[in-house]
Amino acid sequence: MSPLLRVSDLARHYPAATATGQKRMLHAVDGVSFTLAAGKTLGLVGESGCGKSTTARLVLGLLPATRGRIDFADEPVSATRDRRWRALRRRMQLVHQDPLLALDRRLPVGEQIVEPLIIHGLEANAEARRQKALALFEAVGLRPDLFQRYPHELSGGQRQRVVLARALILGPELLVCDEPISALDVSVAAQVINLLQDLQARFGMAYLFISHDLKVVRQIADEVAVMYLGKIVEQGPPEALFHTPAHPYTEALVSAVPTLQRGTAERIILRGDPPNPVNRPSGCAFHPRCPRAVARCREEAPALRPTSDGRLAACHLVPVATAARAAAA
Amino acid sequence: MTFLTARDRDRSGIAALLPGAEATAPPLLALDNFSVAFPGAHGPVPVVRGIDLTLAPGEALGIVGESGCGKSVTWLAALRLLGRGVATSGEVLLRGQDITLLPERALASIRGGRIGLIFQDPTSSLNPVQRIGTQLTEVLRLHRGLRGDEAQREALRLLDRVGIADAPRRLRQYPHEFSGGMNQRVMIALALAGEPEVLIADEPTTALDATIQAQILDLIRDIRRESGMGLVLISHDIGVVADLCDRVAVMYAGRVVETAATQDLLGRPRHPYTRGLLAALPTLGGPRQRLTPIAGTVPAPDRMPPGCAFAPRCSLAIEDCRSETPPLVLAAQDQRAACLRLAETAMAPAAHDPAPAGAFA
Repeated sequence: MSPLLRVSDLARHYPAATATGQKRMLHAVDGVSFTLAAGKTLGLVGESGCGKSTTARLVLGLLPATRGRIDFADEPVSATRDRRWRALRRRMQLVHQDPLLALDRRLPVGEQIVEPLIIHGLEANAEARRQKALALFEAVGLRPDLFQRYPHELSGGQRQRVVLARALILGPELLVCDEPISALDVSVAAQVINLLQDLQARFGMAYLFISHDLKVVRQIADEVAVMYLGKIVEQGPPEALFHTPAHPYTEALVSAVPTLQRGTAERIILRGDPPNPVNRPSGCAFHPRCPRAVARCREEAPALRPTSDGRLAACHLVPVATAARAAAA
Repeated sequence: MTFLTARDRDRSGIAALLPGAEATAPPLLALDNFSVAFPGAHGPVPVVRGIDLTLAPGEALGIVGESGCGKSVTWLAALRLLGRGVATSGEVLLRGQDITLLPERALASIRGGRIGLIFQDPTSSLNPVQRIGTQLTEVLRLHRGLRGDEAQREALRLLDRVGIADAPRRLRQYPHEFSGGMNQRVMIALALAGEPEVLIADEPTTALDATIQAQILDLIRDIRRESGMGLVLISHDIGVVADLCDRVAVMYAGRVVETAATQDLLGRPRHPYTRGLLAALPTLGGPRQRLTPIAGTVPAPDRMPPGCAFAPRCSLAIEDCRSETPPLVLAAQDQRAACLRLAETAMAPAAHDPAPAGAFA
């Protein structure tokens, strides 16, 4: 069976200038490939500027790609806003960090949940629309008496629930969640994480889940891809990736998470800031900050290859799976 | 001028280092029944409600809690940084001296002098149209009376201390030429310029990326080890606090609900709110389990429930919790909690407190 979402060699470049005024290309996303099966969750993690949000916008057809291909349910996704685009947009929805920005301040939240049905002309009967919205209102754990309230009358967690209900009313097959719980407090974040898992179990949509928070991603994802400067540097199941990271960048990211259990002695502190994507370092883009870089890392960009334990890593120092090594030889 | 002389400061510094002096000397910083109220449509709205906290010399105290619990407001109000409409009561004692009684001028010399401050967003705390060097030497002139070459040399030393390479060139640059992490290093240099006895850091790494956060936490730890200054670290992230702090105070709805040594607080939390917070956190290690959220949300300051403010969200609440405000009492050695149900939280493991059934957000 083909996957719900297939992304192949996706790239998005922007014209930009260096500090000295030279014209250069900014490689926001630079050759990203992954697949996502129906009903599953792919977590996309990385620091700011790594291209994870640009990837999300490309997948949704909100931004034209410079290179590469996106297939959603075996149909190519383009950013040309035609009939086909609108039909596809109904099947994939976006939930982003700030629910207050995503909602209309002057409209009761109930009406906003109904609105997508009107826009897509899916339900002619107003009462049927209302019943459908109320059912989802309850599914996301909101009291019916909040249906006529305005966004500012709700708490942050309640607003994010409204956004979820609105995204779900069209029955999407893919939900792209861009930092959906980063603005929420700990106790409320846990409620929304559980809700996302319950909704997936009930309605069966896939999640492309973007977050800088490894702990949240580990909680929710079936597969995790780590991005650095526009490229995926490691991809695999969350347990393997977070417990025994293969790529030195993943290793540093994991060790940077302040946890309640671990001491600070073994923490890896990377030097410097992530480089500016306009001035991408040669070879492996991570080599200037990598504690283990060797001469080869400066010259040759490592490809994302299968490792001996079945995940993918882009590092010269990670042993490659024997089959792949045989194929390369 | 009401500046404290350098000799005053040296004396108090030496006192803190003498063995046995700590026991008799007043705490470095103490809040005594400190309250803050904001003006509201129907009279003042209390947002911080009678807080008692002490910081021993050289100690690192973490303040955790969710947004709106008063964790930042407490310290901003203590340093009178919230403007005129805000009413405060109680005492703020810096080595035994109540700084709430000081005239504005004297307090201004303490802010940025004996008490350093850093905030979440370094870029908006810096003056965008002034060179980093100008901003640093201004603090050095105001708080240490350094001028000219002397100030320049000290500014270079400070930038170097916070790990900014190529300091002479960096001093001539503007904040927009620095990354977020670099600007937070500049903020730390500015805070250190006054040679503070206490550093109050309000979410110092929240706006930063994970690998940069690790750098900044490491820097703060290093500086503390070197200078022995006290630290008040305010954060919503228990992980960050556990990383740096000896002791933690958990705040809820304007009150301290639990305080203990970090290991005790994490190992055997006694207040149902602390237990709930810890159970709600996803982890990187251990088996993946469904999270146990705390039902409901934090009450708004103008709609505070009677009795214990956590009672409506608490699975252990009984009738008395809804009418009686529990005092902060000794729950174990060096551990205090404000809860009427401490006998019930002494045994049961934290993660298994069931949330009230059918609770809506």
